[in-house]
Amino acid sequence: MLELRGVNAGYGTFQALFDVALDVKAGEAVGVIGPNGAGKTTLMRVISGLIRPSRGAIKMEGIDVVATPAHKIVSLGIAHVPENRRLFPQLTVDDNLKMGAFMKEARDHYAERLEVVFDLFPRLKERRHQMAGTMSGGEQQMCAIGRALMSNPKLLLLDEPSAGLAPVVVQQVFELVKRIRASGLTVLIVEQNVQQVLKVVDRAYLIEAGTIRASGTSAEMLASDTVKEAYLGV
Amino acid sequence: MFMQAFLDIFDIYLLEAVINGILLGGVLALLALGLNLIFGVIDVTWICYAELVMIGMYGMYFMVQYFGINYFIAAPLTILLVAMLGAALHYLVIAPLLNAPPINQLLATGGVLFVLQSFATVAFGIDFRNLGIRLPVLAFGDMNFSYARLLSFLAALVGMVAVYLFMTRTFTGTAIRAISQDRQIMALMGVDTKRIYLITSAIGGGLAGLAACLLVLQYDVHPFVGLSFGPITFLICVLGGLGNFIGGFIAAFVFAEIISLGGLFSDLEWGYVLAFAFFIVMMFIRPAGLLSRRR
Repeated sequence: MLELRGVNAGYGTFQALFDVALDVKAGEAVGVIGPNGAGKTTLMRVISGLIRPSRGAIKMEGIDVVATPAHKIVSLGIAHVPENRRLFPQLTVDDNLKMGAFMKEARDHYAERLEVVFDLFPRLKERRHQMAGTMSGGEQQMCAIGRALMSNPKLLLLDEPSAGLAPVVVQQVFELVKRIRASGLTVLIVEQNVQQVLKVVDRAYLIEAGTIRASGTSAEMLASDTVKEAYLGV
Repeated sequence: MFMQAFLDIFDIYLLEAVINGILLGGVLALLALGLNLIFGVIDVTWICYAELVMIGMYGMYFMVQYFGINYFIAAPLTILLVAMLGAALHYLVIAPLLNAPPINQLLATGGVLFVLQSFATVAFGIDFRNLGIRLPVLAFGDMNFSYARLLSFLAALVGMVAVYLFMTRTFTGTAIRAISQDRQIMALMGVDTKRIYLITSAIGGGLAGLAACLLVLQYDVHPFVGLSFGPITFLICVLGGLGNFIGGFIAAFVFAEIISLGGLFSDLEWGYVLAFAFFIVMMFIRPAGLLSRRR
């Protein structure tokens, strides 16, 4: 479904990704793990078009993502839940969800999508007229994921969904990811919480200093010495 | 009988001035809304905003006086004309400077102000012109109200309600509100920020056009007419907190009342002096605007 080949990307003169190759097949859940500043967020941004690669190819179902204008990438079926959620704090939950359905194709199915999202997150329905910025961290994360789902994506990019949340809420967020998976959505998830994320995904990539160091199934990654020593503290 | 008793409690002239202040406030609020919209969404200040109004007033003058077009047909045409002018201003002047330092943007729109003034002077001369429409005066008890002001107030209110509905009910309107809160992620929502900026500029222009249609009923048009309400519009926006729609709305009526009541006790010019003095004092007390939270 998603295919990255030889991707370089960065900010100004700073290069954050070096020759990255990555695949996500339809129906899979894939994790990207690695330390702070390894380029995980940059990887997500380069897929959704927030930054453009300086070299390399990105394809979504065979369509060239690099040649697609940033605001049209969501129409290819890629929805990105950015790091720190990035809700519109002074818009209501309803309006935030509305923004997720901005593009033409989603707008036509706005009411249906809203029902799907409210089914998944009944809490959001209760809070629909509340300003997004006044909700708890967990609720905001629900809203951010709900907003991404409004576009009826094929591929969901989740950037650190558990960051800054209380342990109990982190557990809930991972439960949610499982449910989203079960609904047939393809998921690419970036996490620092390695132990947790490897329970949810089928495969994972380990990224360090902008380079893919290792990849494999969750079981392989859990068994790998590099991962064990550096990230699982075993 | 009850009405008469009610009116007797107040000094009739005072009440008349208060009501006239409210009527004036409507049009000022309309102007402030347009300027706030541009500032809040695109983060630039159109110094030349009142000059767009001036061009609109000339548009009305020529359509009504020269071509003999009915006022109510000329008005929507003028709104459309100034909306296009606003979009053109964004496309030609602001868009290339979007990432430039704010002072450069300010100077550029300041330049447009002089260009428009000079253009009007060269093209239309410095004569004072008016529509030649004299609307009747409405007598209410012992008070007199200009029909033009009443009409302006109502039309301004309708214009503001229309913008409010557009901003709250439509996808595009919601995007306009969202963009001022987080412009970087708009692409993730499938929003083309350039297009939203252009639409916002057209709406800002359209509001200036509507204001032009209303002001031309009360004031003569000349190349420097923008100076009569440009500065006051800025003060209103700053007093309300730049980009704060509700603050601007309230500030417009506060200023209008000061001008109107100040004018009651002496000349109208003194009303303006009072308003500006009030602004300076407020800048010391509430530099971030009327509705800002105290830190």
